[in-house]
Amino acid sequence: EGGHGPYQPHEPGYGLDQPGYSPYEDEIPDAQARMLAIKNAKAYLLKTSTKSGLNLYDHFTTILTKILDEQPANTVDIIETISQDVKWAQFRKKMDTLRDEHLIPPTFEAAEKCKALFIKAAGEEEHEELDEEMGEPALPNVMETAFYFEQAGIGLSKDECYYIFLAFKNLISVQPIQTCRFWGKILGLEMNYIIAEVQLREGEEEEEEREEEEEETVAEEKEMGEGEEEEEQKEKEPEPPKSTYKPPPEIPKEANGTGTNKYVYFVCNEPGKPWVKLPPVTPAQIVCARQIKKFFTGRLDAPIVSFPPFPGNEANYLRAQIARISAGTHVSPTGFYQFPEDEEEEEGGDTYEENPEFEPPPVAEMVESLAMWAHHVKGILKQGRCVWINPTQKSEEDEEEGEEEEEEEEEEHQEETGQPLLTLISEDEGMKNIPAWTAQASTNLIPEYSIAILQSNRWPGAYAFASGRKFENIYFGWGHKYSPESHTPALPPPAEAEFPSEPGITEAADPTVEEELAFKAAQEEALAEAEEEEEEEGEDD
Amino acid sequence: MEALSLPAALSLVAGGGAGLSPELRAALGASLPLLERDYRFERVWFWGCIQGVRGAYYIAQGLGPDRAAPRSRLYSLNCLDWSLLTPATEEMLALAEEVKGRFQGDPSFEYSLAEINPKAAARLVQSGKEPVMKEEARLIATIEQIDRAVGIVPRGAFVKTPLGSVHENRHFEGLSLVEAKKLSSYFHFTEPTNLKNKTLLEKADLDPSTDFLNSLEHDIPQGKGSWSIQLEKGGSVVVLRSLLWLGLTFYHVPMTKQFGYVYFGTGEKNLDLPFML
Repeated sequence: EGGHGPYQPHEPGYGLDQPGYSPYEDEIPDAQARMLAIKNAKAYLLKTSTKSGLNLYDHFTTILTKILDEQPANTVDIIETISQDVKWAQFRKKMDTLRDEHLIPPTFEAAEKCKALFIKAAGEEEHEELDEEMGEPALPNVMETAFYFEQAGIGLSKDECYYIFLAFKNLISVQPIQTCRFWGKILGLEMNYIIAEVQLREGEEEEEEREEEEEETVAEEKEMGEGEEEEEQKEKEPEPPKSTYKPPPEIPKEANGTGTNKYVYFVCNEPGKPWVKLPPVTPAQIVCARQIKKFFTGRLDAPIVSFPPFPGNEANYLRAQIARISAGTHVSPTGFYQFPEDEEEEEGGDTYEENPEFEPPPVAEMVESLAMWAHHVKGILKQGRCVWINPTQKSEEDEEEGEEEEEEEEEEHQEETGQPLLTLISEDEGMKNIPAWTAQASTNLIPEYSIAILQSNRWPGAYAFASGRKFENIYFGWGHKYSPESHTPALPPPAEAEFPSEPGITEAADPTVEEELAFKAAQEEALAEAEEEEEEEGEDD
Repeated sequence: MEALSLPAALSLVAGGGAGLSPELRAALGASLPLLERDYRFERVWFWGCIQGVRGAYYIAQGLGPDRAAPRSRLYSLNCLDWSLLTPATEEMLALAEEVKGRFQGDPSFEYSLAEINPKAAARLVQSGKEPVMKEEARLIATIEQIDRAVGIVPRGAFVKTPLGSVHENRHFEGLSLVEAKKLSSYFHFTEPTNLKNKTLLEKADLDPSTDFLNSLEHDIPQGKGSWSIQLEKGGSVVVLRSLLWLGLTFYHVPMTKQFGYVYFGTGEKNLDLPFML
């Protein structure tokens, strides 16, 4: 008490702070009453709230304990929040008589799958012996590639790269693979795709082709059988006129191992999930994929709703985009690959081999001039294939079904030629004032160890690097081509024209009664004349 | 993303394949603290990188005591030397909407407006300026647009004090896994526009100190929205990617205080979004 400081004798408050002399002396009770007042105050604080069952005394105790334990800064500013938090904590403990079910968050399941990647398969030793027989190791060195791309700032985190590495090892142990490569990652709305570009061993591919052909012929036979039954039923009823529309002949897909189907692709959503093989791509799918632009959802069986309607589901769309990206952006240093010298050089040559005498040019040259890089994947023609085919060539089945009408409606298809296989990328057209490729060195500060990086501007997300004899291509992105203008969807085709007007269909007014009578009279006259002529002729004989 | 947590954050956003090379990371580690010292920022965020045809722009933001105040933005071509950008004006924003195509990579490049928008060019000529738009101005406007449209923070990470200024919430312990999957748990970190349009029922549930921003639920197109939410690493990181500005990635580790967003892209709006969903 005495908070006003010592008073001097001449000041009015002098002596009033001594007990017994304060101006309120008659109001403050003595010590016992003071203790009673304190007890009353405490009892008031201990009063339990009717709503929540808490009392202020305990609440303050808990708050002060918490503050003194945690000692946050600027406590007075956050005191209300602390008070709220304490209240919330109280509620949880008191009112829940049931215990929450112990939720297993999906984190742990995923961690289990990742751990499974690290476990060696049982037949490991046998596989190692086989690999030695084969020669080159099939497993790509994903970590090495990741290191080079990281110099350019491209790539996934190291953990994810290692999981992908292990996932590839699994893939190789399960499927009969000759060579394989990490193609890249395509992002989707719900899940992403990790894509492996693979060449299967030769025997395996033929077996799969035969299986596919058998499936197709079985399906066709079923359709023909059903068609015959329907025809028998229809013969009893008069048939409506058949339309004369014949869809344009379907362009056959390229054989496995050539052109757009040169490689087989396996995808998985995350490393640890099973690998799924993508079906081969057909030209119709590529042509349609060029006209639509859709996000991938991450589920391979999702339908693609678009116009023009895409012939397939998301797995086919993904495969078509992969084919387009590979054809447009897979490059290698010029001279690394060459055409084999034994075979004649055809323009449609599809094979190339490594050039043993390749000398890698210095990095500075690779960055400055785009002529030091060449495509090693054939470009896709407008038709949707790498090698042009005349669609009006008939197969045996077509000839069986009435072909005379088709011959009359043949259209002339112009043969399309694309660029030959190892063209330099300096010949790629840019869009407006943007070149098709951007070349950079990974670092200007340490030129001795820098590598050349290429970024594609036509397919944002496609990168390539070259360093000495090593080079690699990769794709990280959403899977769409860059277009300076906005995407304009195809317009629906014009409505069908009406049938041409022929005399049999044009309207004419019905003849009136007088006209009918006049016509009948004229006919009878003509008959009478004809009979007279016959009689005359008969008489002549 | 916070400059201090850059290394950890970059590995969490790397799912999209874009990142920084070790050289640039090291350069940022050295130059961002210097920025903080020179400009007396309280926080420095590394905003991201806009890829031009011939070079890339690296952008950093500095924040003062009020986190919702207009931020200072700086750009650099090599992550070492930073130049301050002037704040965006409405005129710049309007002009930038007209200019389409990639950034060139050279800040002094001039887009000739006469080809793109003759009316705007005429207006500029009348007011005595040349009918061009500098790439720097386009850069400023693009960053502002991206921040306004898709700069997001988790709910509860920032609180508004009674005085009106916005601070980080020290009691924010992260969203739970269930909350993290919902779009309504994330807010745009800009001036709210539709808070007043909510019904009284909805407003009753809001807490004015934390719910003072627009949530992501109402982003056009509704339904699937313009965001892709993914749980990576089995739910230990939630990553939101914007579909409107392709390249903006937001990450948050549930039940922790780690969150941030970064932009790695070409700086172009994805106007084909309605066709692609």
